[in-house]
Amino acid sequence: MNRYLIALTLSGALALGACKKDPPADIPLPPRDTVAPAPTPAPAPQTGSQPGSQGHFSTAMAGADTIYFNTDEFNVDSADAAALRRQAEYLTQYPSARATVEGHADERGTRDYNLALGERRANSAKNYLVSLGVSESRLRTVSHGEERPAAMGADESAWARNRRAVTVMIGN
Amino acid sequence: MRKLLLLALIASVGPLVSAPAIAQNASNPAQVTAEPVLQGGAEAGADEVLTGTVTDDSAWQDLGIAIPAFATDRETATAANAEGTGALGLELAQVVYNDLRNNGLFRPAGPDGLPRPSYAQITAPAWASWRGRSAEMLVQGYVRAAADGRLTVGCYLYDVALQSELVREGWVVNASDWRRAAHKCSDLVYSRLSGESPFFDSRIAYIAETGPKDNRIKRLAIMDSDGANHRFITNGQTTALSPRYSPDYTRIAYLSYADGNPRIYVYDIATGRQTLVTESTNPTFAPRWSPDGTRILYSMATGGNTDIYIVPATGGTARRLTDSPGIDVGGSFSPDGRQIVFESDRSGEQQVYVMNADGSGQRRLTFFGGRAGTPEWSPRGDQIAITYIAGNFRIGVMNTDGRNLRLLTNAWQDEAPTWAPNGRIIQFFRTIQGSGETAIYQVDLTGENERRLRTPVGASDPAWGPVLP
Repeated sequence: MNRYLIALTLSGALALGACKKDPPADIPLPPRDTVAPAPTPAPAPQTGSQPGSQGHFSTAMAGADTIYFNTDEFNVDSADAAALRRQAEYLTQYPSARATVEGHADERGTRDYNLALGERRANSAKNYLVSLGVSESRLRTVSHGEERPAAMGADESAWARNRRAVTVMIGN
Repeated sequence: MRKLLLLALIASVGPLVSAPAIAQNASNPAQVTAEPVLQGGAEAGADEVLTGTVTDDSAWQDLGIAIPAFATDRETATAANAEGTGALGLELAQVVYNDLRNNGLFRPAGPDGLPRPSYAQITAPAWASWRGRSAEMLVQGYVRAAADGRLTVGCYLYDVALQSELVREGWVVNASDWRRAAHKCSDLVYSRLSGESPFFDSRIAYIAETGPKDNRIKRLAIMDSDGANHRFITNGQTTALSPRYSPDYTRIAYLSYADGNPRIYVYDIATGRQTLVTESTNPTFAPRWSPDGTRILYSMATGGNTDIYIVPATGGTARRLTDSPGIDVGGSFSPDGRQIVFESDRSGEQQVYVMNADGSGQRRLTFFGGRAGTPEWSPRGDQIAITYIAGNFRIGVMNTDGRNLRLLTNAWQDEAPTWAPNGRIIQFFRTIQGSGETAIYQVDLTGENERRLRTPVGASDPAWGPVLP
């Protein structure tokens, strides 16, 4: 319906235009303000680039903010250890930063068991960070069980990406 | 009929969607006066009661039952139906018909297409007209509206061949509870003919799901056993999981991420108030009521280890029941309150264990290949339902000693069984591979009559409450 209205309006405008002669070329623009513009203020610090913020952290980690697990397991393997070392280095570099480790499970488990498993995984990652010198008081854990998948598929490759612990900066 | 039912659902959902925890509960399910208006049993000497359990050959399931519209003494306006008591009588019969038909019970013939008996004929059936319709049994009823708006519903079951009344009962209900009277009639007919305990007049708490897999909205919701009188309790701003009705239907315990962490709340349906079950900031989940409603079981995770605790429902000191270095989670009381069946991976993988209610005597029950979780003790005390995991997830039932496992379903992911109040039907939820969409299903203890329960949107975590008094 709207398209018809617009078409009618356009054709009406064209019809009108055809009748007139010497229409004004352009409506003159209002005169420019010749007063010098006020100096632009210094750009506000973007939260994403603030050290210790989530945006800054995840950029710096480039994927190392997440570690992965095998089915029903919660141990830190060598790949996980490497990622956690980078996380620990970051946390050491920015001593006021605090983080939550979120534990997750894939959908191929019962709901309550997966909540417990998510907590196990978050706890494993947190313990490893503590063993690398991060003060435990700066770290929290939360389990999301199977409720927050990262990959939507229903096959092993998707499930492997969902069995994870993700470190997230708090605040900022 | 379907149109009317749908309208009722929309009307109840509409104004509640935007509000936070809902406060009012207009139709309090506890207020039915179960005073039988008419008492009576079989008048003829012939004993036509068909006994036997559902697990038997169930020849009685072939029993033809006619359920014509209920009659009314006089056409009266009622809040229960815009067109008055006559139209309400038809609806009452349709609820009874759908109860029996949807559960594969007998061969019911519903009010549509059947003659409508007059008020006088309710207590004096026109036998000749029913005999010709291959209905062995006849259900007739009436509805009367009182000046104060309350309804009296009478329900009669007749043996057509013997021309005798088998049982009758009546109930006085608020107009808003008219469906409960129909369910009571279904329960009366079902119990009398099968020898089983009733289950139709009951409610279900569950989690309503919408949205894609990576942004699933999960809301606490409640409904009648047939899906009617549906109500959302939470608004989905934070995830709600695993609800359980208190045995007296006044409260719902459930898991919420309202403050960013998994915590258990008790929601009071009448007042809308929420109380935290425990102050601990450790993750707490899987709440379960004791059979007398005075205590709540829950699971708590600390430092990678999850154990089961018990706490008074009104708050207080929690007591730890398990302490194995593994995941001990869930828990379901035996109906006598003496034992708790739960799941544990202390052996290396999820299996079912049992313990005394004080935590002593823990021992493993399941020794078949595959894993077992989410155990639920039948309200009859004779069976335990589980999620059986060996590749796919299937609903299973076993004896209380862990033997005689029977698998009732066979799909990609069926889990979280909950029992009907009579211990003969199990509800669970099924997840579709790929989309991750969920729906609630029912299946008999025999594995038959598997059917999907109609809900407004996706559904998971069903919890079936007891028969309403």
